Amino acid sequence: MRLLSVVGKRFSRNRLSVIGAVTVLLLLIISILAPFIAPYDPTATDVRHTLSPPSKTHPLGTDELGRDLLSRIIYGSRVSLKVGFVAVGIAIMTGVIIGSISGFYGGVIDAVLMRFVDMMLAFPTFFLILAVISILEQNIFTIMVVIGLTNWMDVARLVRAEFLSLKEKDFVSAARAVGVSDVRLIFRHILPNALSPVFVAATFGVAGAILIESGLSFLGLGVQPPEPSWGNILTAGKDNIEVAWWLSLYPGLAILVTVLSYNLVGEGLRDALDPRLWEAERH
Amino acid sequence: MALLKVSSLRKYFAVKKGLMIKPLLVRAVDGVDFSLDEDRIFALVGESGCGKSTVARLVLRLIPPTSGEVLFQGMNIFGFNGGALKAFRKSVQIIFQDPFASLNPRKSIMDTISEPLKIHRIVEKNRLKDKVVELLNKVGLGSDILYRYPHELSGGQRQRVCIARTLVVSPKVIVADEPLSALDVSIQAQILNLLQELKREYKISFLFISHDLRVVHYFSDTIGVMYLGKIVEYAKTEDLFGEPFHPYTGVLLSSAPVIPTSDTTHYAPRITHYASRLIQGEVPSPIDIPPGCPFHPRCPRRFEPCDKIVPELKEVDERFVSCHLY
Repeated sequence: MRLLSVVGKRFSRNRLSVIGAVTVLLLLIISILAPFIAPYDPTATDVRHTLSPPSKTHPLGTDELGRDLLSRIIYGSRVSLKVGFVAVGIAIMTGVIIGSISGFYGGVIDAVLMRFVDMMLAFPTFFLILAVISILEQNIFTIMVVIGLTNWMDVARLVRAEFLSLKEKDFVSAARAVGVSDVRLIFRHILPNALSPVFVAATFGVAGAILIESGLSFLGLGVQPPEPSWGNILTAGKDNIEVAWWLSLYPGLAILVTVLSYNLVGEGLRDALDPRLWEAERH
Repeated sequence: MALLKVSSLRKYFAVKKGLMIKPLLVRAVDGVDFSLDEDRIFALVGESGCGKSTVARLVLRLIPPTSGEVLFQGMNIFGFNGGALKAFRKSVQIIFQDPFASLNPRKSIMDTISEPLKIHRIVEKNRLKDKVVELLNKVGLGSDILYRYPHELSGGQRQRVCIARTLVVSPKVIVADEPLSALDVSIQAQILNLLQELKREYKISFLFISHDLRVVHYFSDTIGVMYLGKIVEYAKTEDLFGEPFHPYTGVLLSSAPVIPTSDTTHYAPRITHYASRLIQGEVPSPIDIPPGCPFHPRCPRRFEPCDKIVPELKEVDERFVSCHLY
């Protein structure tokens, strides 16, 4: 469709976003191909080479148990991306459903749902997650669900706002007049026109979820060692920061680059999908 | 029995001014009565903001009324649900003013037109495409646009697609809400001709909403002139154009540019006594409707009772007018 090519053209005009998109793509490939790229088994210990600095055999050095840092970071990217995508998927599903219903039906339903959103937003999210995680079983699945269920509110608000304006459009009235059901109106007629801001929010959301997961793992509440995640590598780095700077620097860089890339892509998407700029393009 | 009968229809919108403050009411439709017979065209004319489009939405049951009823084949449409509502949706259709806004930008023409076919199970799945092409041909479009998207079509083509969508369900009534005003003049004539052809072929009744008096004169059988949510004059087209009774109709006709032809000359002299007084001022806000006759602040022929007593719609010479002059 032509729309897609216009968005692509507008996106590629922003050089930083393109760099971000390439990095994101690279990270995806790395995490998918981790078993083939990683030079060592990320959990294999080597007591003779503990805390050895970056060298030819271990490009990023080793940790306190002699495990290869590069391999651990490569495998760690799998955790980060998995958490990022699944958590955002859950957040978007929840947000879209609540936002659609709220915006479409309005009135009391809208008021009740939006007050619930306000209530959720009033919680300090990170501490809520900490509290919930410390009660529940600490595995990657719990983390994904909890992050997802505490980050859907922005999406709900965005979708609601889109619905409020779209439901007044003549094409919705016309569809209603031919007898289209509410469910079909919501999902087949209005929602496809309301998705642009959701894509943008999703991209920023992935960055946010990766940060939260890293934070949790750093505090020991996320992914449990020996399974590597960028957060729990940093914890080990903190204990050895005076003798092994590489243990803190490289996983930190990995988090920084990843989050930055997603944010750059999000910004590019936001500009490319902005309907006001879009109109200008057409004339 | 009238196919569609509207009686004392009212729609007020509340404008919220904040918590604890009594909301202001916009009286968009304030007691409208008319009826539409089979195979007839009833036109609703008036300035922007007089409530014409709200009437259209009420008649289609897109919004609930504040009070009053709309009878379709003798039954109140606001009481319909389930199967009866579905049957009603098949019988009454709408064409909107802006063909850019009335087609879903993310759906191809095929998707848009075939949707009612699927919902009402009008044809078998394998005949969907044939039926859509048949409908497109009927409105003067080819099968080449089948998989195009609305933004790839011109305004006239889009309006034809909208018309095709209404024809899908073989409706008895089509509500046309200013179907021409967003189109170029040359296209307007084509679409108007198309609507007339369709009316002849399928005996569809039209509720035709417009502010273009030339079009209404040419197209409609009866006319209701609306002002601030009320019908102020209701008459056969020839009678109304022959001699407008209500002063508002008079100034409305005199402010429309008239090109003298054999068709128009016979009524032109009769409205000349309004011609020197083109309508003054703006339509008052429907939140704050003037007391007495709502038209009196702008009326060239107002007199004693106009600002005190609300005139009733009364029968004068087989037509209806709400004015103290009669």
